[in-house]
Amino acid sequence: MEVTAMHFRRKAAESLENAKLQHALKKMQSKFVDKRAAAITELPNFTEIRDAATDIRERVVNHLDSYLLRFEQEATARGAVVHWAEDIEEANRIVVEIAQRHGVRKVVKSKSMVTEECALNDYLASVGVEVLETDLGEYILQLAHEPPSHIVAPVVHKSKEEIADLFAEKHKRTRKTEITEMCREAREVLRPGFLSADMGISGANFIIAETGSVLIVTNEGNGRLTTTLPRVHVAITGIEKVVPTLEDASTLLRLLPRSATGQPITNYVSVLTGIRGQDESDGPEHFHIILLDNGRSRLLGTELQPMLRCIRCGACMNHCPVYQNIGGHAYGWVYPGPMGSVLTPSFVGLENAIDLPNASTFCGECAVVCPVKIPLPDLMRHLRHQQVVRHLRPWTERVALRLWSWAARHPAVYALLTRAAVRLLCLLGGKEKRLRHLPGASGWTKGRDMPAPAGRTFRELYQARRSL
Amino acid sequence: MSARENILARISKARGSSVVADISAEIRRHQRGPIPPLEDDLIKRFGARAVSLASDVAQARTITEVPALVARYLGERQLPMQGVCWPALAPYGWNSVGIELQTRAARGDDLVGVTGAFVGIAETGTLMLLSGPETPATVSLLPETHIAVIESGRIVANMEQAWDRLRVERGTLPRAVNFVSGPSRTADIEQTVTLGAHGPYRVLIIIVG
Repeated sequence: MEVTAMHFRRKAAESLENAKLQHALKKMQSKFVDKRAAAITELPNFTEIRDAATDIRERVVNHLDSYLLRFEQEATARGAVVHWAEDIEEANRIVVEIAQRHGVRKVVKSKSMVTEECALNDYLASVGVEVLETDLGEYILQLAHEPPSHIVAPVVHKSKEEIADLFAEKHKRTRKTEITEMCREAREVLRPGFLSADMGISGANFIIAETGSVLIVTNEGNGRLTTTLPRVHVAITGIEKVVPTLEDASTLLRLLPRSATGQPITNYVSVLTGIRGQDESDGPEHFHIILLDNGRSRLLGTELQPMLRCIRCGACMNHCPVYQNIGGHAYGWVYPGPMGSVLTPSFVGLENAIDLPNASTFCGECAVVCPVKIPLPDLMRHLRHQQVVRHLRPWTERVALRLWSWAARHPAVYALLTRAAVRLLCLLGGKEKRLRHLPGASGWTKGRDMPAPAGRTFRELYQARRSL
Repeated sequence: MSARENILARISKARGSSVVADISAEIRRHQRGPIPPLEDDLIKRFGARAVSLASDVAQARTITEVPALVARYLGERQLPMQGVCWPALAPYGWNSVGIELQTRAARGDDLVGVTGAFVGIAETGTLMLLSGPETPATVSLLPETHIAVIESGRIVANMEQAWDRLRVERGTLPRAVNFVSGPSRTADIEQTVTLGAHGPYRVLIIIVG
């Protein structure tokens, strides 16, 4: 997927102006937040489960090579072929090689954010392989030529009416506006795709070292169809997705759907190991698993290492006041919200995603809801620090900060300046004591009035009180 | 150097040691995480959770009652009286109640699929199905109606107990372990839950005994 994270400020402003998007976001907001809250209370030992989940992911990240090697050994023993890819070019090349070796013309795909990273669909199309997205949300986006705006609910930014128009145009059928009927129409259109595809491509929510299995969760069942019907199955996943045992996967499964959509479990959880047996009548004959690095191993041993614990539930974005107001597209890459504010700069370079670590109010809600306790605000703070160290911020900001820091280290100057500032602001506030325009800080006052200071600084008030 | 070697080298460098830890003891231990406490009656819990996930649940005293139950279910909903089933379920006298079932993997146009289940999981109301020559995975997936027959003795508390049973009874994992929790669904259009996205529109679970 093309990186447009450097246009964050402009795209965020556009999102705020976009009435359709704002309407869709309002609808989304409370559902995910309320449903997660309710689902968590169902688990009386939620805190212990969250601690255990964090520990599992921490252990894996600390000994990633051990678990990956074990996974490779077990998967290979069951007839799967394990590939390793340094970057997206290599991953794409491997997929195309597999497709060509098996004479594949048609691919069905289950939702996978890693293949979004790779822009795999475009790549396959460029070599003449037809790709059909089968998650309803992803299918709608494929018809609309748009990237996902959420990792769990990719089409959350679109209204029913927009989708109805799109279906009528692309399916060449009578326009339907009943959601049930629209879903049935998509089912009818997609069913022949499942039955005729030569290859199924999926992601992996987890890969299991103990058994060499790929675990995927879906609600629609498209993941099961994709990995059962075509004769070739290719699973593509980040190297960090490995978990030690089936028991560890079970622990994580208590948190993943609850954190994502507030479900106790997704409708389908499939643990896929090896290829179809000799006397079996269904299942793929060939199973390829691609382990993609694409910047992940470079986070090991750095301050950003905790990000590798992420299980891609999306709770951080659902609860983020910034995401809630601008949606996912403004973030400019595969992963939006707080997770994206850390992942995007890590994967595509801080200089290409300069505003993302600042796209946060630091309210801390993302860290509160993260099922594996990733300290997202700390990681964003680290990236902000890096921006300053690497001179990536504008010179005006750097000069301003330097002046402020000098003033802060000279108490007399600081007292003088703040006294002058509050007096001036108090005066500007007039009788109403409201600041309507602030020269040089219109970003604060353009959309709201700011209460004017009372005219005395904290230090003055403190002094006065002490001398009483 | 290959991608594999490069990636592994970067990982061990970041770890500060080239010695790969031996994790086999840890994996053999199958240590369980914290388990949510459940009420005592697993069958009741299983049924209630399955219903909350939009499955239909029926009870049969013996396996001989099952065909009549299925016939009534299909009849009430005006669904076709034919479909596919797992071979193990073939001998139960379906013909006597007017149901015609073929024992094979399902095709795109089969409308009813009848399966067993390896176990049921009470914590979430989930069926665990294993793929195999006698238990084709498509039977629970392609038809619009999935009917699963499960003995009450095969309802366990949680996924961890299910893995234990699998290790004891089968030794290794089949190609596919499918956990099914109700009909296929999507909420992609305006977060409105709609059943029957790609898989079954309805799931009937018959608990026997």
